[in-house]
Amino acid sequence: MAAIEVNNISRAYGQVQALDAVSLSVEYGELFGLIGPDGAGKSTLFRILTTLLLADKGQATVAGHDVEKAYRQIRKQVGYMPGRFSLYQDLTVEENLKFFATIFNTTVEENYNLIKDIYEQIEPFKKRPAGKLSGGMKQKLALSCALIHKPKVLFLDEPTTGVDAVSRQEFWDMLKSLKAKGIAILVSTPYMDEAGMCDRIALIQNGRILQTDTPGKIVDSYPSPLYAIRSGNNYELLKILRDMDYTRSALPFGEYLHLATHANVSIDEIISSLDPADYPDLEVRPIEPDIEDLFLELSREV
Amino acid sequence: MIKVFRAFIQKEIYHILRDRRTLLILFGMPVAQVLIFGFAVTNEFKNANIDILDHAKDQTSSKLVRHMTSSGHFNVNRMLVSEKQVEEGFRSGKTDLVMVIPTDFSKDLYTYDPAQVQLIADGSDPNMANALVQYARVMINDFQQQEYKEPANPYQVNIETRMLYNPLLESAYNFIPGTIALILLIISAMMTSLTIAREKEQGTMEILLVSPLPPLLIILGKVAPYAILSFIDAVLILVMGYFIFGVPVTGSLVLLLCLCMVYVITALSLGTLISTTSETQQDAMMKSLIGLLMPSTLLSGFIFPLTSMPEVLQYISHIIPATYFIEILKGIMLRGVGLEYIIFEVSVLLFMIVAFLTLTWKKFKIRLE
Repeated sequence: MAAIEVNNISRAYGQVQALDAVSLSVEYGELFGLIGPDGAGKSTLFRILTTLLLADKGQATVAGHDVEKAYRQIRKQVGYMPGRFSLYQDLTVEENLKFFATIFNTTVEENYNLIKDIYEQIEPFKKRPAGKLSGGMKQKLALSCALIHKPKVLFLDEPTTGVDAVSRQEFWDMLKSLKAKGIAILVSTPYMDEAGMCDRIALIQNGRILQTDTPGKIVDSYPSPLYAIRSGNNYELLKILRDMDYTRSALPFGEYLHLATHANVSIDEIISSLDPADYPDLEVRPIEPDIEDLFLELSREV
Repeated sequence: MIKVFRAFIQKEIYHILRDRRTLLILFGMPVAQVLIFGFAVTNEFKNANIDILDHAKDQTSSKLVRHMTSSGHFNVNRMLVSEKQVEEGFRSGKTDLVMVIPTDFSKDLYTYDPAQVQLIADGSDPNMANALVQYARVMINDFQQQEYKEPANPYQVNIETRMLYNPLLESAYNFIPGTIALILLIISAMMTSLTIAREKEQGTMEILLVSPLPPLLIILGKVAPYAILSFIDAVLILVMGYFIFGVPVTGSLVLLLCLCMVYVITALSLGTLISTTSETQQDAMMKSLIGLLMPSTLLSGFIFPLTSMPEVLQYISHIIPATYFIEILKGIMLRGVGLEYIIFEVSVLLFMIVAFLTLTWKKFKIRLE
């Protein structure tokens, strides 16, 4: 049986439909990513699955228990790290960990092997109040606290938001070693570049799941050829490209423009369609799409 | 379960000890409030400044002046020479009372004609003015009786007043019970509603809910430390009242402490009820201040007597726990009564506990909304 099973869950806040018939399933030992921008409904889904909110429609089970009827069972078996740092800021690192171990009827020593790799990194600061830790260290402590009772299912709501690049990489490495221990992990992130770290991902926007698959297959499903284009005047170029017959979509991506075409158009054709006098240092090259390209493509269709 | 409970209490104690503001409210406020009520907010007066306009200027009139000052309550500020000076003292704020002695004072006194002495007080502070005039009147009557040994009119009714339970009318006898009732309410109700709202605000309630902890244990764990602290405060105020202001505990101390505990539990259940309806600390604070503290201060009979209030306010005062607790405290501390005389008040408090806890139980959310 799957660790998390979600069937057509819907939930509205007043007029706003936060989740619209969402379905997904996560296996034990799987790292599943929920990828989508702020306000997509990620946190709402997390709260429904951690029994903090009730869905308007649909069913969901976590570790085999119904989220509404068997909420007590679920609360014993899951670890939850909310999007906002939610530990006691005035308690030290050590006191926080000990407190959460105790309320889950266990001890730090009993499950130390599970959190050892993570906790060792913050152990030098164990006498420091949690509120005075840096962003990355806070997340490591929160993860330790969420793991201390050896949960079967781990819910991490945007664990890397506000964390520096190095710490983010470390954090994902930790998650990989946790899933190897058989824990099912559902993690959400607004960063598309983190999608590749997951076994499978679901792209979510406006409360709807756009697509669910492995990151590789999701990228492969990109429907058309893609080119990165750069010039001295990207703003003008973007307007011109959008009017071209061969253009499917043209979107700015940092210093490049990503151009998707209807059929295979050669680079020469693209260059020749533009006036060289206007774009002296024009650069065009074919590229592989990434998750963000696909996400934008999918949300364009919606 | 005991271990979990202990960890919870330990955590709560860390919170309290590491937050100076909480500590200050817990222990600074009771002490400050007792001292302020005791020394500053009082209708008693000592060394009131009195101006004398003595038209008689004879032996009898100076005897009267000496008599007035002998009590230690009056201090002669100035001897006035004309009517025009009377208001000067009031305007500058240096004078509290003016006594005018007429020219014929001495003659009238000894010839059984009604002797007239005029007292002028500052009516802009009615309580103080009343108290001063009352006191001066007593002193003057006293003087009159001293001067001619036998009463002028043998059929005169002599009124002898005795103030039972508080013979000297010390205001401490009133404010110590009142302060205990208020402080226990602030600490128990306001502080618990604040600390529970803080868990919601910081997001830690979210984590506590997603844990095997039963909701009852979360509430009990938050409330227990404050119950103990409030009790310590009650004892602290009693001790201060006894040693600094001489307020006795005439009745049973054990009964008094037991009923303090009952009241603390009433206030705590009220605090948890408030917390179930507030999402933020600010929200909880406003609700406690406006919904609890203000009515308890004004309508519990602590400051204004209940009997002289409009009927509507009297009804409100009947639903305020502090009203009953102040009655209980005065009964045990001052009148020295046993449980049988205050059984009604105690039952009302017990009933309130059951009612508040039932409501809290109904309203407590096992989820976020």
